[in-house]
Amino acid sequence: MSNSYTFRHVARMEWIKLRTLRSVRWTLLFALAGMIGIGIAAGFNTKNPHGDVTNNILGGGALGSVLFAVLGVLVMTSEYSSGSIRATLAAIPRRPLVLAAKAAIWGLTALVAGELVTFAGFLAGAAFVHGAVPRPALSQPDVLRAVALSGAYLCLIGLIGLALGVIVRHGAAAVTAVVAVVFVAPLAGLAATPASKFIPELIYANSLGATKPVQGFTFSPWAGLAIIAAYAAALLAVGGWLLTRRDA
Amino acid sequence: MIEAHGLTKRYGQITAVDHLSFDVRPGVVTGFLGPNGSGKSTTMRLILGLDAADHGTVTIKGRAYHDLPFPLREVGALPEARAFHPARSARAHLQALAASNAIPPSRVDQTLQLVGLASASQHGASQHGAANRKAGQLSLGMAQRLGIAAALLGDPPVLIFDEPVNGLDPEGIRWIRNLMRSLAAEGRTVFVSSHLIAEMALTAERLIVIGAGRLLADTTVAELSASSASLEDAFLALTAGSNP
Repeated sequence: MSNSYTFRHVARMEWIKLRTLRSVRWTLLFALAGMIGIGIAAGFNTKNPHGDVTNNILGGGALGSVLFAVLGVLVMTSEYSSGSIRATLAAIPRRPLVLAAKAAIWGLTALVAGELVTFAGFLAGAAFVHGAVPRPALSQPDVLRAVALSGAYLCLIGLIGLALGVIVRHGAAAVTAVVAVVFVAPLAGLAATPASKFIPELIYANSLGATKPVQGFTFSPWAGLAIIAAYAAALLAVGGWLLTRRDA
Repeated sequence: MIEAHGLTKRYGQITAVDHLSFDVRPGVVTGFLGPNGSGKSTTMRLILGLDAADHGTVTIKGRAYHDLPFPLREVGALPEARAFHPARSARAHLQALAASNAIPPSRVDQTLQLVGLASASQHGASQHGAANRKAGQLSLGMAQRLGIAAALLGDPPVLIFDEPVNGLDPEGIRWIRNLMRSLAAEGRTVFVSSHLIAEMALTAERLIVIGAGRLLADTTVAELSASSASLEDAFLALTAGSNP
């Protein structure tokens, strides 16, 4: 029996809050269906035997990352829109602890769910590869790495969503911000520039989730993962600082 | 015991609370009275550490809210507006709060019972009861009972209610009034804000009256009503100069 609340208490609160929202389960199920559907379509339609089949099958990660980002945003902003943030912060006045517990619980959930949907999407897609195209298998180290890191990518994007949620506080604005960071930046002409290797969605598409080197991506997939993890950590640190400084 | 000393809070150019000092004692209901916009809710947010004061301090039994080891076991608060997620059930909301402050889970059902949210439906199964429905579907009165359940969850010696009777029907108002009086009779500190003078006359014994963020009177209901033809006259005379 401790004589004050600890991280463990706050984490239990956050776990109860996360698992008692049906919308979380539905969104993750939708991500699963999307990853499997897109995986099958990509596996079935891959015609080039020399292309990166694994990367094609993991194409559903684009949809997955939007869903994980939005879910991450809503885990935080729904507290503000509903007013439950007042109950949360009155229960736990040490605010950095609240964000740390939220990030840990949502991060772990997103990691497990991210790996699950990615592996399911890959296996479904690989099963539909046919003709002259070689069927990728998890026994190939590069394939296993690409699939596993793609799952981890979804978790990190979810954490970036959470961090933007606490920074921006309004759901619609935070969703806009995360979509801008993750998706619009690659389309806005940055894709062909040296800056592209620092943009999360392009790191994912060209490095994390790829089994063959892509020109312009000189960092290893693990370095790419570290860059995205650093974004998440930095944004969470800013969010924690703002959460402590601002009135609730 | 709540002690405020020189509390000041500004939002931009507006001074919401202005050098406010008062004590709230245990054993009686203390009304916190003032016109709309006089700074009552801001003061309550300052007590709970939800907003940070620009100057001054407020303590609960000598400690700042931020330093309480298990805040929900020391202070129970009903905020001005709903403070729960509409898609989560009342029971889940309370379970999460209980977990955060190491309050036994059994206390959740006790508290639901206490506020009348646990009553089984006509089907006899508690599964269909209000406590398991999405909290966003609760009526205003039911939602207020959930807010009070959250306040009582940790069995705290200090209770803070912000406008608890707003929008309630007469039965709900009487229920809350009796609850507050019985909580005070148990020796707890009960601090309740309202802009309704008549309601305070029925509920409170002591009164802290503010206007434009400043202390206008720290008195008893009996004293204040003796100063004028009626309590309402006394209140209106007191707050006449303070409206912005």
